[in-house]
Amino acid sequence: MTTQPTAAEPFTTIIGLEVHVQLQTKTKLFCGCSTTFGAAPNTQVCPTCLGLPGSLPVMNRHAFDLAVRAALALDCTIAPFTKWDRKNYFYPDLPKGYQISQYDLPFSSDGRLEVIDPKGALWRDVRIIRVHLEEDAGKSMHDEAAGTADTRIDLNRAGTPLCEIVTQPDLRSPQESRAWLNELKLLLAYLGVSDCNMQEGSLRVDANVNLHIPLAGEGGADGRLAKTPIVEIKNMNSFRSVERALVYEAARQWEEWQATKAEMGNTPKQTRGWDDAAGVTRAQRHKEESSDYRYFPEPDLVPVTVSEADIAKARAAMGDPPTVLRKALAEKWRIPAYDADVLVNQGRDLVDYFEDLATRVGEGKVASNWMQQDVLRTLNERGGTIGEFPVRPEAVADIIGRVTKGDFDTSRGREIFAEVLASGRPVADVVASMGIAAVSDDDLVSLCKELLAANPKIVADVQGGKEQAAAGLIGQARKKNPNVNPGKFRQMCLDLIRGM
Amino acid sequence: MQPLELSAVDLVAAIRQGDITAVQVAEKFLDRIDKLNGPINAFLNVDRDRALARAADIDARRKAGKPIGPLAGLPVAVKDALCTADQPTTCASKMLAGFRPPYDAEVVSRLRQADAVIVGKTNMDEFAMGGSNENSAFGPVKNPWDFTRAPGGSSGGSAACVAADMATIAIGSDTGGSIRQPAGLCGITGLKPTYGRVSRRGLVAFASSLDQIGPMTRSAADSALVMETIAGHDRGDATSLADAVPRYTSMLEQPLTGLRIGRVAEHFGAGLDPEVARGVEEAFAAFKAAGATIHDVKLPHAKYGIATYYLVAPCEASSNLARYDGAHYGHRAEPGKGHRAEPGKGHRAETTRGQRAEPTSEFESPLVEMYCRSRAEGFGPEVKRRIMLGTYALSSGYYDAYYAKALRVRRLIRQDYIDAFQSVDLIGGPVSPTPAFPLGEKTNDPLAMYLVDMYTVGTNLAGIGGISFPCGFTRGGLPIGFQLQGPALSEPLLLRAVDRYQQLTDWHLRRPKLPA
Ligand SMILES: [Zn+2]
Repeated sequence: MTTQPTAAEPFTTIIGLEVHVQLQTKTKLFCGCSTTFGAAPNTQVCPTCLGLPGSLPVMNRHAFDLAVRAALALDCTIAPFTKWDRKNYFYPDLPKGYQISQYDLPFSSDGRLEVIDPKGALWRDVRIIRVHLEEDAGKSMHDEAAGTADTRIDLNRAGTPLCEIVTQPDLRSPQESRAWLNELKLLLAYLGVSDCNMQEGSLRVDANVNLHIPLAGEGGADGRLAKTPIVEIKNMNSFRSVERALVYEAARQWEEWQATKAEMGNTPKQTRGWDDAAGVTRAQRHKEESSDYRYFPEPDLVPVTVSEADIAKARAAMGDPPTVLRKALAEKWRIPAYDADVLVNQGRDLVDYFEDLATRVGEGKVASNWMQQDVLRTLNERGGTIGEFPVRPEAVADIIGRVTKGDFDTSRGREIFAEVLASGRPVADVVASMGIAAVSDDDLVSLCKELLAANPKIVADVQGGKEQAAAGLIGQARKKNPNVNPGKFRQMCLDLIRGM
Repeated sequence: MQPLELSAVDLVAAIRQGDITAVQVAEKFLDRIDKLNGPINAFLNVDRDRALARAADIDARRKAGKPIGPLAGLPVAVKDALCTADQPTTCASKMLAGFRPPYDAEVVSRLRQADAVIVGKTNMDEFAMGGSNENSAFGPVKNPWDFTRAPGGSSGGSAACVAADMATIAIGSDTGGSIRQPAGLCGITGLKPTYGRVSRRGLVAFASSLDQIGPMTRSAADSALVMETIAGHDRGDATSLADAVPRYTSMLEQPLTGLRIGRVAEHFGAGLDPEVARGVEEAFAAFKAAGATIHDVKLPHAKYGIATYYLVAPCEASSNLARYDGAHYGHRAEPGKGHRAEPGKGHRAETTRGQRAEPTSEFESPLVEMYCRSRAEGFGPEVKRRIMLGTYALSSGYYDAYYAKALRVRRLIRQDYIDAFQSVDLIGGPVSPTPAFPLGEKTNDPLAMYLVDMYTVGTNLAGIGGISFPCGFTRGGLPIGFQLQGPALSEPLLLRAVDRYQQLTDWHLRRPKLPA
């Protein structure tokens, strides 16, 4: 995809992302409290995550191992030695007055994750600066209704393990930023590292964006590049709002540039909040930006060492990431890249379902067609996961097998699929109860003769060279016997007419 | 039987044998506290009813032939920096006045498990910051040897209550000398174990990388007994050491023949009171007479100890004390009149992490006002001083010059000790430069106050063990303390050396003249 400035858009948008992902652990990062979402406020807390006097953190090694798995899948280098730091700031949902995080020695760095465009071509190779682990804060709920202005604090989330993933400013458009986020989310889901549920706050995105504007007339084509001040956008609660916010912000910066010609200088990074309802970004107060977090090594925890064996173990638990799986699936089952992309993007369980089906059917493309047209479509309509989907691969394979054998055609097969789904009964039962039985050749011949006799006009048309006129007979035949195989019937009619 | 003056070892034996009941012991001590705590102010809270109930339970179990713990019936006073679920834990701060933690500190759990009877919580410098116990929000502790003088700090209440026979043993915490210095000024024995030897879980943190809990007792033998209960690995403290706990009490008797004790010439320089110097030199002579040899050793970076300590400790403290913000527990300032915003004036709140706020006249938001005023009201001046010092030293632009440099010097100090312990087994010297000083003498001179830690901070910076014990008295009748420092996990040797000394001397048996 081109990102060169054009007449309509005479600038390049430079985007870097900062993603916070909650890790899927049963317990918090530094205490034994549950991380289950949705519990009554302040019921999943203990002295440690409440920050009570005298409480101490103890690292959850499972959370650390999950983070290592994610970093490895992002091609990061894992540090053999890493430590914890305190990030100090006051906020009511941060009960200790500091967050345990990682500052100058993150556990991993220098990774990459590429994003492909919808046609399967490489869109952008995005470098990852670092991935580090930290504890989440609690939630503040501002109740500004009725003039009370009370703030309520829920600390259930405080101490939940959080991975922070920081990219280089390698993204060049809002669309590819959104696609990259989808790819990241998919990867993390494949790894079993995070459910990446933005509604529940398990994935949060901040974006840094500015424009590079080639200046005309200063040294010709290689003229100076003007860079607008970098803006950090916060408060985006879906990938769609990330895309919208970036589109808005790029346009805003372009307008501002035209008005002010202000370039990136020594001014601090501006933070703007995305207002989804209004569809605009708004400047936030500057207090936050100038804050000094006074990082220093967390004295309550010991440094963590990661051995080659630990890394090997994490690699073994990784499985195939989506990029690898797409290629593998396309090759193994000889399906188009597009099909493989659709299947893989639905997640590991659906890929397993597909492979089960394809193995039973013995033909990848047929299985893939049924996945896309029947399984996926109905799954999307019904909602729920593929694991809960009532029509299992063996049933779908059974239907496909009967179609292949010629018991009935594909559209009849679809009806059977729908009935199996609706009734929950076995395929054979549904086939029997719908009166579906293979039509014998004798029956087919007599039906054919009956209809030819009743439709002289069609016979004449066919004899006159308009073979497509035979289609009129098929409709009539299916009315008389729904089990008629249209292809077979059509061929038989043509043979009989030619023999007249 | 007069239980007040018995050693912990003897008292536990007497209760075990049935010579005296735990209830009789508890009553004696509680009566003594009733009588003396008024003038001395060693206890912030005394829990008579629970202590007696606990003692009765121990007696009942003993009579029924059921097992009782190794400290059964022993009256213990616990520094108010350790969390107790059944008594308030205030750190002698208005910030935590009346605060009741939902859990016991690990050391408190272990004491209870061993059937010790916790009689109360002892006074201290606020959040353990101070060397005189004058920084308590609930009034200073008086030195039992002279009520006009400070007991030392920060574990001043723990030291004074043992010296005044209000408890047989006490638990203190030591960040830069807070066990050893008051023990020295009150004439008792105080052990600062190796960092990580005793769990810090439930100890309200002052400076996490320096804090260590230890026993404050009348003798090394009593400290050995307490250590067998409180030392040991705790999975709930990541900095806790996994090494097995030795049987300290069975390792005391071996003679000191061949023991090499180091002597640092710089310890005897300017600032050392001549009477203290004389007492310390006499102790060296006594060790020599007991078979030890004395050797000159160098700790080249010891002179930077105070400067290093007063960066590392406040930096950690500024972060550790951030949690006292009025939002969740502890003191919260009520919104003051005149601080309220005028409705409808000022900008609207941002939704994310910016403070939701209408501006107020003095503060940028009601939240910031609550933080500022809660902390201004809740903390005393020394705590504020250290929070500001630490905040400053960690700030961007100053971090490298102060905190990072302090960490480098700390490594050098640690290396000094490692080098010194190549040629000697222990290092001896004074605990503090003067005997107990008059109350009020140093309160307006923080730097002078900081210097009382000059001989003790090195132990904490290096993470090693140290013990102090009485080695004489001034002509005015004030105790003089001697300090021994040893390598990591040298507690058995430290305790043995002091126990052998205490077998030859009786300084540790002297008692202040107090009303009977
Ligand atoms: Zn917790």
